[in-house]
Amino acid sequence: MYLLKLILRNALRHKLRTLLTVLGLLVAILSFGLLQTVVDAWYTGANSAAPDRLVIRSAVSLVVPLPVHYRDKIRAIDGVRSVASANWFAGVYQEPKNFFPQFAIDPATYLAMYPEYRIHPDQLRDFMRDRKGAVVGRKLADTYGFKLGDVVPLRGTIFAGNWEFVVRAIYEGATPKTDTSQFFFHWEYLNETVRTRAPQRANQVGVFVVQVRDVSRAAEISATIDAQFRNSPAETLTETEKAFQIGFIKQTEAIVIAIRIVSFVVIFIILAVMANTMAMTARERVGEHATLKALGFGPGFLGGLIYGESLTIAFAGAGLGVLLTFPVADWFGAKMGTLFPVFEVSTETVWLQFACALVVGVAAAVVPAWRAARVRIVEGLRAVG
Amino acid sequence: MSQSAPAVAIRHLTKTYRRGGQVVPVLEDISFDIAAGDFVALMGPSGSGKSTLLNLIAGIDRPDSGELRVADVDIMQLDEAGLADWRARNVGFIFQFYNLMPVLTALENVELPLLLTGLAARDRRERVEVALGMVGLSDRMTHYPSELSGGQQQRVAIARAIITDPTILVADEPTGDLDRASADDILALMDRLNGELGKTIIMVTHDPHAAQRARRTRHLEKGLLTD
Repeated sequence: MYLLKLILRNALRHKLRTLLTVLGLLVAILSFGLLQTVVDAWYTGANSAAPDRLVIRSAVSLVVPLPVHYRDKIRAIDGVRSVASANWFAGVYQEPKNFFPQFAIDPATYLAMYPEYRIHPDQLRDFMRDRKGAVVGRKLADTYGFKLGDVVPLRGTIFAGNWEFVVRAIYEGATPKTDTSQFFFHWEYLNETVRTRAPQRANQVGVFVVQVRDVSRAAEISATIDAQFRNSPAETLTETEKAFQIGFIKQTEAIVIAIRIVSFVVIFIILAVMANTMAMTARERVGEHATLKALGFGPGFLGGLIYGESLTIAFAGAGLGVLLTFPVADWFGAKMGTLFPVFEVSTETVWLQFACALVVGVAAAVVPAWRAARVRIVEGLRAVG
Repeated sequence: MSQSAPAVAIRHLTKTYRRGGQVVPVLEDISFDIAAGDFVALMGPSGSGKSTLLNLIAGIDRPDSGELRVADVDIMQLDEAGLADWRARNVGFIFQFYNLMPVLTALENVELPLLLTGLAARDRRERVEVALGMVGLSDRMTHYPSELSGGQQQRVAIARAIITDPTILVADEPTGDLDRASADDILALMDRLNGELGKTIIMVTHDPHAAQRARRTRHLEKGLLTD
């Protein structure tokens, strides 16, 4: 208790210096938390992928479509529970900056495969009945103010022309990490329209999504699917949903690495600031440390004082930084709109923030504590007066 | 400690410092005893080695050679941890600039050495109150050093020095930073500690007026004991 009191009072001895150091730590820990959350947001798709879902795309490229009739052959493969398809639509809502993912799907199988998208049964029924109907995620609906019955016009880019959809359902996420920024509509509607506008592009899908009965057979089933279409005009590449998502992330991996590096550079800078603060503190107290040693206190007690003060300041900054991370992340996520479908501060990030504070607190105290332990009493006492 | 053993026994003590590659002798072949309950003033000009001798007796510096026994303990044989433990139990320090912890109250400053004794908080508090009463600061217990005069701060330091009932009290220029009236108060207090409580006191001073309070005065000159 006495030691804690002494540590606390020492930490508050130079209030302005301590306040500025705590503020520096707050900013560093907050920045670190936000940058880590950005990285997490990047991996949301991969982390929320289900192990029993496979994605089949063209072996040539993702932009090369697959014939829709592959569906029946895939469904017939041993171990396949169900098959759904999806087309990337890439329409523009009002202006290009209003980006959100849009997929043309076969709704009955696709939505059944994604139980994490929670849709009210009445709304689902309305959507299934309306060929121009659309299902939008809660975050997307909130971002653009979409309500049931609203008509959403999209200007096609891959599929030219103006398109109109009616919002028939709004899905909620099963967990806070579920992506609710997506827009789904009927593949049949897309296909019918394409058939009249560009017949050669009809009856094609972007990817098939396969649900397997036994996760342990996922690799074997992937190989069987690809073997089925080998030497055909449209060879396939089948991979787990997670591998498919990571493939996307890898295209922007340099950015993720840069963000990670910057987040740790921020921590390193605050470590240097903190180390300087503790070094100044210890230098000013050489006489006190010598007096304590003269009274019989050992290096352990002096180390306890210095480490304790350093950790107190580090955790004060970290605590405030962590507390602020949540509202700032909410604000940042809202500002980013649907660019980051999920922008949640994870428990791992909070632990990492505190771990950084621990490292900074300990590392900043190492040299001052070592010096205090080695200070010669006679020389230290000369510093008094 | 045996009945006849002196509080401090010094034999052929030498101490040198290295300064710019040169060996500078500070104390040369010092031998003398300080009896238990004595009050000795060490006097001499600056650089005569009196503070160095006090530091050696207090166990905060080590001699080059010789023999140094305090309360019949050969302190030269103790390692750093042993010496720190020995100081905590046997030496009370009174410094020229008081050396109080500025963030602790008078009560907490006096309590500090008791943290090494394993006493319960309540027992520590009782002893601190007695010690501060002895130095006349019962009404200043919750004051911080910055709220006390120089004389009051030195009295807190004296209370801290006696709180563990040490074998010897070492005082390095205890009145050097005080005005005459405050200095007289401090010297009177030290006189009382020696006379009434039988404390063995070794005091370094430049001040002949302060030295007069001691029962015995030893002079040092260029590292040699001259009387």
